[in-house]
Amino acid sequence: MRITLHVWRQKNSTDTGGMKEYTVDGVSEDMSFLEMLDLVNENLINEGKEPIAFDHDCREGICGTCSLMINGIAHGPDAAITTCQLHMRSFKDGDAIHIEPWRSLAFPVVRDLVVDRSSFDRIVQAGGYVSINAGAAQDANCLPIPKPDSDTSMDAAACIGCGACVASCPNGSAMLFVSAKIGHLAHLPQGQPERYKRARDMVAQMDAEGFGACSNHYECEAVCPKEIPVKFIAKMNRDFFKATMCSES
Amino acid sequence: MSLGTTMKSSIGAKALMAITGIILVLFVIGHMVGNLQVFLGPDALNQYAHTLQSLGPILWIIRLVLLTTLVAHIWSAAVVVRMSVAARPVDYQKRKDLTTGFAARTMLVSGIVVALFIVYHVLHFTTGTIDMAESYGQMLPDGGGHDVYKMVIEGFQHPLTTIVYCLATVVLCLHLSHGISSLMQTLGFRNDSNAARIDKVGPVLAIIILIGNLSMPIAALTGLIK
Amino acid sequence: MAFNLDSKVPEGPLAEKWTNHRFNLKLVNPANKRKFKVIVVGSGLAGASAASSLGEMGYNVDCFCYQDSSRRAHSIAAQGGINAAKNYPNDGDSVRRLFYDTIKGGDYRAREANVYRLAEVANDIIDQCVAQGVPFAREYGGLLDNRSFGGAQVSRTFYARGQTGQQLLIGAYQSLSRQIAQGSVKMHVRSEMLDLVMVDGHARGIVVRNLVTGEITRHAADAVLICTGGYGNVFYLSTNAMGCNVTAALQAYKRGAGFANPCYTQIHPTCIPVASDHQSKLTLMSESLRNDGRVWVPKKKDDDRAPNDIPEEERDYYLERRYPSFGNLVPRDVASRAAKERCDAGHGVGTTKLAVYLDFADAISRLGEDVIRARYGNLFQMYEKITAENPYKVPMRIFPAVHYTMGGLWVDYNLQTTIPGLFCLGEANFSDHGANRLGASALMQGLADGYFVAPYTVSDYLANHGAMDADKKVTTSHAEFDKVEGEVRARIDKLMAIKGTKSVDHFHKRLGLIMWENCGMGRTAEGLKQALVEIPKVREEFWKDVRIPGDVAEFNPELEKASRVADFLDFAETMCHDALTREESCGGHYREEHQNEEGEAQRDDVNFVNASVWEYMGEGAAPELTKEELIFENVKLTTRSYK
Repeated sequence: MRITLHVWRQKNSTDTGGMKEYTVDGVSEDMSFLEMLDLVNENLINEGKEPIAFDHDCREGICGTCSLMINGIAHGPDAAITTCQLHMRSFKDGDAIHIEPWRSLAFPVVRDLVVDRSSFDRIVQAGGYVSINAGAAQDANCLPIPKPDSDTSMDAAACIGCGACVASCPNGSAMLFVSAKIGHLAHLPQGQPERYKRARDMVAQMDAEGFGACSNHYECEAVCPKEIPVKFIAKMNRDFFKATMCSES
Repeated sequence: MSLGTTMKSSIGAKALMAITGIILVLFVIGHMVGNLQVFLGPDALNQYAHTLQSLGPILWIIRLVLLTTLVAHIWSAAVVVRMSVAARPVDYQKRKDLTTGFAARTMLVSGIVVALFIVYHVLHFTTGTIDMAESYGQMLPDGGGHDVYKMVIEGFQHPLTTIVYCLATVVLCLHLSHGISSLMQTLGFRNDSNAARIDKVGPVLAIIILIGNLSMPIAALTGLIK
Repeated sequence: MAFNLDSKVPEGPLAEKWTNHRFNLKLVNPANKRKFKVIVVGSGLAGASAASSLGEMGYNVDCFCYQDSSRRAHSIAAQGGINAAKNYPNDGDSVRRLFYDTIKGGDYRAREANVYRLAEVANDIIDQCVAQGVPFAREYGGLLDNRSFGGAQVSRTFYARGQTGQQLLIGAYQSLSRQIAQGSVKMHVRSEMLDLVMVDGHARGIVVRNLVTGEITRHAADAVLICTGGYGNVFYLSTNAMGCNVTAALQAYKRGAGFANPCYTQIHPTCIPVASDHQSKLTLMSESLRNDGRVWVPKKKDDDRAPNDIPEEERDYYLERRYPSFGNLVPRDVASRAAKERCDAGHGVGTTKLAVYLDFADAISRLGEDVIRARYGNLFQMYEKITAENPYKVPMRIFPAVHYTMGGLWVDYNLQTTIPGLFCLGEANFSDHGANRLGASALMQGLADGYFVAPYTVSDYLANHGAMDADKKVTTSHAEFDKVEGEVRARIDKLMAIKGTKSVDHFHKRLGLIMWENCGMGRTAEGLKQALVEIPKVREEFWKDVRIPGDVAEFNPELEKASRVADFLDFAETMCHDALTREESCGGHYREEHQNEEGEAQRDDVNFVNASVWEYMGEGAAPELTKEELIFENVKLTTRSYK
């Protein structure tokens, strides 16, 4: 296959950047999307040019490192996968593909398609944990947890922190990510003691990072590679109201 | 967390928007149901209008509450929009929507249009400042207050006025079709079991309101009611 | 100079060793803990758990990872589960049995006392993780569910759907985040350790490159913990993440830490086969698939028929045939070798003929598609995404791939390397899995080391050797830091100055191919000697002809890769030397010369009941070997049989 790429190139965080066009031949449909980019980079290196920087690591859809807006859709056209799981058989010979980095004030571009998502880490640091030291735990089966609760918690905990929710949101909101973290712990008895404080503090940090507000477009749910539902946003909102209206701390 | 801080937070602002939204939706429905009495003839409508007019200070309290609600709704919208615009300083060259609709993407525009229309509507029917030189202020002969019925019929005799009303009603419908479902999610009512119903209730209610509100100016213009 | 390898295994009966040892370890007064600084390199299960635990205790911790967030370390990709001898299913499990299974599974090439301790603290790990909010699978009664995994005869594996590693890592990441918020841990992301600094024979700091700015920084500490995972990427194609590397461990090795059993490589039997030359990595599918899938190849050689056209009697269910009692559930090394044997014999399937079938037709007709979907739905979907084949209708094609490395820096019972003050945790060390790791044991070991072993043993080291007074502490202005930083800069400048013609990947692929063919699933003296001739050639060419675009002082992924590949090139020979000198077949190390008439691995328990510990002697020079004899007082060495 022959593919034309329009790729965002930006030397560093202060550079203004712009789109560049590349053509790549010899793309096979068994290649993953990132392997296609590897091929483009191999060609660029051979031509003495600088390769396209993009984030990737595990290449099996779990580490959450890879990103990319592909033809205007976070993680590309196929549902419920990350960019590294996207294969070139989803495209056809002669296609033109636009590739841009995640766009958000809270995800500044590091280079080309690489962005800095440390804002997500700071949101978790604001309260996305259970305060327990190693060694302080009781026996694991002392606290039965209804299977539906545990399953719901796992639905939320499946979040890989890739940031596609932010990237796809017309408002640049991080609510799906934050609500997944809050929902994961809110459905477990272990998460109860700090439940409302956690919701309040994590939302405050989310706002401080400069993410947008949610207006329920549900684009985040549509692109989420782990199919995390927006019901967690509704649940987070409830916890946030309780935290701000009813809790004393 | 103080109430002020809460309201300025992303979720707090949305909650304020949702709660004021509920009040405004209820008003829109009440306003429509009241006005639909135009189809019951002049007596019914004028009687209804007279009852409202006779509320005295309570009417002013209601007006004040509605105005405050509206201002709060607009203020919260401003907070949300400002956050969202700031959140993406560099926009995409290409972006594709997967699930969101026209109504959701145009909430800001439809909101502004509705707000402008409210001003026009008040100047038109409530104060009679615009376009109402003749019929406004005419009293019923039996001392039953203003002849609102006549005012409505005459007010919609100008095709341009009627078109403005119809368009505004359509825009309002658009605004509500996303807004009503959306506020339930924002307030945390939406879950797995009711999501499909909640997503429908907004558009359905909006269309009912659209039909109700369209029926009056069209009926007046076409002479269905005289 | 040979190492003096003191394993420091405590006296006393096996079951009391750890308890006694913990009592004998020195403590640091709570008020003094904040006077010590500890560096943790790596933020996977071992690194994150160690950093957060040490932070909780009151130490100042600096934690480094090359990823953009500590949550992305490759522990996250582990699918299957984590073992513990809780005996919740009441099926006869015990700490002793988990210990025994792990020792036996490791083909009797691990240290008894370490493995027993691992089995002992495994239960604490489950408790700890549940308390952190790890959403393990549960039964309807609300209690934890267990499954049998990787050929174990008891159900002792705890799991969180197919994402156990992810959930455990997020648990550790949450703990770490809490410590970061409290200020006890300082996290350095996108930072790569490029060298170790030693002062007076003790590890006292590291030199790091900031991968975003290219800045080289120095970090001094009272102890250094290396938790950087395995070196499977020496093969280029593996199930490791693209960034996984041997750099930190190799630098420690070069600075004098012994490297133990580098040839022990685990080849995982159920991976998606290579499809094309452009393949950048291999994808593993949980071996839980073998609980319901049946492995087969056509009986006829070079059979090109579609799998569903091959009648039952013309299929060779070779695992069930060769190992009737374990069948498809034989350990990983056995399953992988059997697949290679069939493919070498010409029975391979698919376009490359380097694959075997994993067939679910029986399970689907027995249990129904819904049950299979509930158990493996996500794996089937993943397979279909990659291959465009529907495994509900067509058997999966699988082939073994490099997955885990049992070898690593030699550590004593305290997880301390041969360099005082330098500790090594998790996959990066050699300690617990012998020559082969059992399924669901890697997560267990990483967390055991980080939560429940290193915090005590590092404290003991600090109590004995740490300098409490500020004026006695080594600072980054020490001459050794000048020297090491200078060496690091010189090496980077040398790389950048080559300005050759070939990409880094070009060399990495060549190295990978040499290693896979000669030091992969089946090894021969001849092949290994060949590799020892070829690797230096590739290395020489690399240092002459690699092309690294861009600058030093910027975000430069090609430079990162080049630095890592240069280290793989330095490391690969040690692997081959180890494989060559270990004249036996054991676990993941299979020397074709050492097999019995049935083609099964043949151990040599007379000459090789030991760990091979290598000492770096300079580039191109053969490393020197010291052996740590392994003493088995509690188990009898038997030939592993899964028939």
